Amino acid sequence: MDALLHQIFSGIASGGIYAGLALALVMIYQSTGHINFAQGEMAMFSTYIAWELIDYGTPYWGAFFLTIVFAFAAGVAIERLVIRPFHNLPVIALIIVFIGLLVVVNSTASWIFGTTLKTFPSPFPSEPLWNNHYISNHELGSIGVVLIIVAILFVFFRYTTLGLAMRAVAENPISSRLVGIRVSWMLALGWGLAAAIGAVSGMLVAPILYLDSSMMGGVLIYSLAGAILGGLDNPWGAAVGGFIIGIMENVLGAYVIGTQLKFSVALIVIVVVLLLRPAGLFGRTVVTRV
Amino acid sequence: MGALLSVKNLTAGYGETVVLHGLNFELREGGITAILGANGAGKTTTLRALCGLCRRRGEIEFDGKRIDNLVAEDVVRLGVAHVPDGRGTFAAMTAEENLRLGAYLRRDRDGVAQDFENVYTLFPRLKERRSQQAGTLSGGEQQMLAIARALMLRPRLLLLDEPSFGLAPLIVQEIYRTLRTINQQTNVSMLLVEQNATLALDLADHAYLVETGRVVISGESETVKADETIRRSYLGY
Amino acid sequence: MAEQVKTSTTSTVAGQPLSSVPLVKSATAQIQAVPLPRRLAGGRAWGIGAIVVIGALLPFALQNFYIFQLTLAMVYAIALIGLNMLVGYNGQVSLGHGALYAIGAYIAAILMNSYDWPYWLSVLPAGVVCLVFGYFFGLPALRLSGHYLALASLALAVTTPQVLKHKALEQWTGGFSGIVLSKPEVPFGLPINQDQWIYFFVYAIMLVLFLGAYNLLRGRIGRAMIAIRDQPIAAEAMGINSAIIKTSTFGVSAFYTGVAGALSAIVVQFVSPDSYDFFLSITLLVGIAVGGFATISGAIYGALFILLVPNFAGELSKSAPWAIYGVLLILVMYFLPTGFAGFVRMIGQRLSAMFTR
Ligand SMILES: Nc1ncnc2c1ncn2[C@@H]1O[C@H](COP(=O)(O)OP(=O)(O)OP(=O)(O)O)[C@@H](O)[C@H]1O
Ligand SMILES: [Mg+2]
Repeated sequence: MDALLHQIFSGIASGGIYAGLALALVMIYQSTGHINFAQGEMAMFSTYIAWELIDYGTPYWGAFFLTIVFAFAAGVAIERLVIRPFHNLPVIALIIVFIGLLVVVNSTASWIFGTTLKTFPSPFPSEPLWNNHYISNHELGSIGVVLIIVAILFVFFRYTTLGLAMRAVAENPISSRLVGIRVSWMLALGWGLAAAIGAVSGMLVAPILYLDSSMMGGVLIYSLAGAILGGLDNPWGAAVGGFIIGIMENVLGAYVIGTQLKFSVALIVIVVVLLLRPAGLFGRTVVTRV
Repeated sequence: MGALLSVKNLTAGYGETVVLHGLNFELREGGITAILGANGAGKTTTLRALCGLCRRRGEIEFDGKRIDNLVAEDVVRLGVAHVPDGRGTFAAMTAEENLRLGAYLRRDRDGVAQDFENVYTLFPRLKERRSQQAGTLSGGEQQMLAIARALMLRPRLLLLDEPSFGLAPLIVQEIYRTLRTINQQTNVSMLLVEQNATLALDLADHAYLVETGRVVISGESETVKADETIRRSYLGY
Repeated sequence: MAEQVKTSTTSTVAGQPLSSVPLVKSATAQIQAVPLPRRLAGGRAWGIGAIVVIGALLPFALQNFYIFQLTLAMVYAIALIGLNMLVGYNGQVSLGHGALYAIGAYIAAILMNSYDWPYWLSVLPAGVVCLVFGYFFGLPALRLSGHYLALASLALAVTTPQVLKHKALEQWTGGFSGIVLSKPEVPFGLPINQDQWIYFFVYAIMLVLFLGAYNLLRGRIGRAMIAIRDQPIAAEAMGINSAIIKTSTFGVSAFYTGVAGALSAIVVQFVSPDSYDFFLSITLLVGIAVGGFATISGAIYGALFILLVPNFAGELSKSAPWAIYGVLLILVMYFLPTGFAGFVRMIGQRLSAMFTR
């Protein structure tokens, strides 16, 4: 029983991480209908920036927010320079471009920052709360950060004009132009936000997995599974999906299929969800009357 | 008095196909002008050309400024609101969110709040339905929402693409009555595209008949109404 | 653009996401639809004949290392033509063909290693197993398209190495360390060395498979595949059974890729789980993108690209070869969306236009 609780808690903890990257994926999917396969690598790269900043002596939270700003700017720049020229090309070309981007970011990171594993600090105290042995403070803190991001996104999309405009562009670009929204900037903004959220998730992963250019590979797969499970067009759905995947990965890995086949969990979830409920558990069903 | 909108020698099309072959027309400030024509005449294309939503060439002057090289987002900024064919509502959003998007360019909060009141007075039905997903509104309600959304811009020119399309006669009459009220209250000019010539000619002061991308008849509504061709082919008596 | 985004947000519900988005620029199809003038077609046959002969002579002119490299390129070309059937002609994006390649390689390796089958007998079963596997993976794929299919197949690519490493299969797969095979002997006392022999072995199989692909893709079935890619609804209306065509395409595509995998095991004489990671799937997709979607000759260009460019990039920059690879990839997509095959064809058309004028 205790062991099971253990698995569930560590599942929730890794779920928080998947939820973070899943949110980033949803940002771009919502506004463009594309899945950015390079999202994890971009997050990893930003985490290296944070590491460098901390290494220069920047206090943790200073580095944290500077990195978010960097990631946002980089996201906007990538959209405008790399993705924009392809917006009229077929999906397959874009998938290839995403893969090219993945490769470029990944190898640039190992080129600039080297290939040795780096330890990354956690901003949370190391003594576990109430001396519990189920969940560390870093894990608790990560979950908290993810929940805060979800809350911010909720408010942003529901109540701010900018958030409304981003949703509008996702739904109907032509009508959006007709009310004066600059569609292309909204797409770039979506990329910026996604990159910023991804950077946060990278900085939360790094203390657990150690910083390394392949750090986000597995995380991306689970996050994709989580985003699909929860619904690619729904931020909090994707976050919940991330948590569910985390728990499934740990519990199923420990008791059912063995840790060696953990990735299969992601595979099975992706295929089953796509087949049975392509909109995901919490995906919005748009009703249109003609 | 100079025209608010003047269009000279407008050609437009999509890709290789040319749809408009040199259109000329004018619209005075505060006036309502109708563009009539059969299916495929190029009415929708005319409106899209004005907004920069399709490839076009020619001279388009709005309020003394050339707008034929502006993109849609910038045309809107000059105060041209477009109610497109098919209504273009944001189906997954609530009616109120649609209206907020209509006011996207506005920075005067008080004015926007006032305009919410105004459009809800004009279309009381929308007030009842304001938190309903636009996609689930009835066709008539969606058309009202589309017009209301355009009004939220406080436009100087309203482009209307077949506001009667697919609606029951009673609803159509209601919408046309409201359009007249809007024109009288706010002095907004309207460029109205219609197949239903009777309706359009009753509302408009000027009318142009377009056939395969060319203006074939133009003049004041009364004159156009009396025209033999119009009577036979478009009014049906 | 408007249509695209709209369908993608709404039709996830309908279970047919992105189905109305053209997957491959129809320019490719248009170029192909232009009938070749008879004289040119004749010239083309001569050209192909010449290339076939040169291919047969090459191993006598090259050092063993280059023979080995070319053999590998041919193996890739077989895999690429298989993948291109699916992605280029039929519009189903797969990021999982590395998995099929791995399955082919392992089936062949296990047959040779655990059951002492001769190498030349192990190729066909590997292809057939992949055919069956691909067909069944193609069934759920019927309901997925665009990014979604890419995702599902991506997960397959990531999972396969883990399965190959798994304890339960270790007695056949050799677990982490894989299987080492012996180098095929030259038969019939032919006066050539082993590398040359393997080259001819692969070369013969490649020619047969290319001929098969040519007949398949240039015929009625190929047209049906393209119709399903470009006009799914119209294709159905014309009486094309798109479910059967799509799953069969998946199967045949998997067959080609599985055969390529089996050949790679014979050529390299080694299989291990980590040689078939996710990057292999990506590499294959890159190969058809660079070679040219929905082209047959593109498989050759693509194979050479994925074989040579990493080396070339490695020489250009010792520290970040993959970065250059990635940049090249993006540039090719931008400047040559129809791939090298499209480029070559365009040059050819320009030239022939110049001479016929
Ligand atoms: N996006 C497009 N691409 C290519 N051709 C188009 C496009 N939109 C319209 N057309 C063509 O332009 C011509 C004029 O179309 P338009 O929509 O302007 O007609 P309309 O007068 O509005 O007709 P209706 O009364 O049926 O709405 C038609 O022949 C149509 O086929
Ligand atoms: Mg129309």
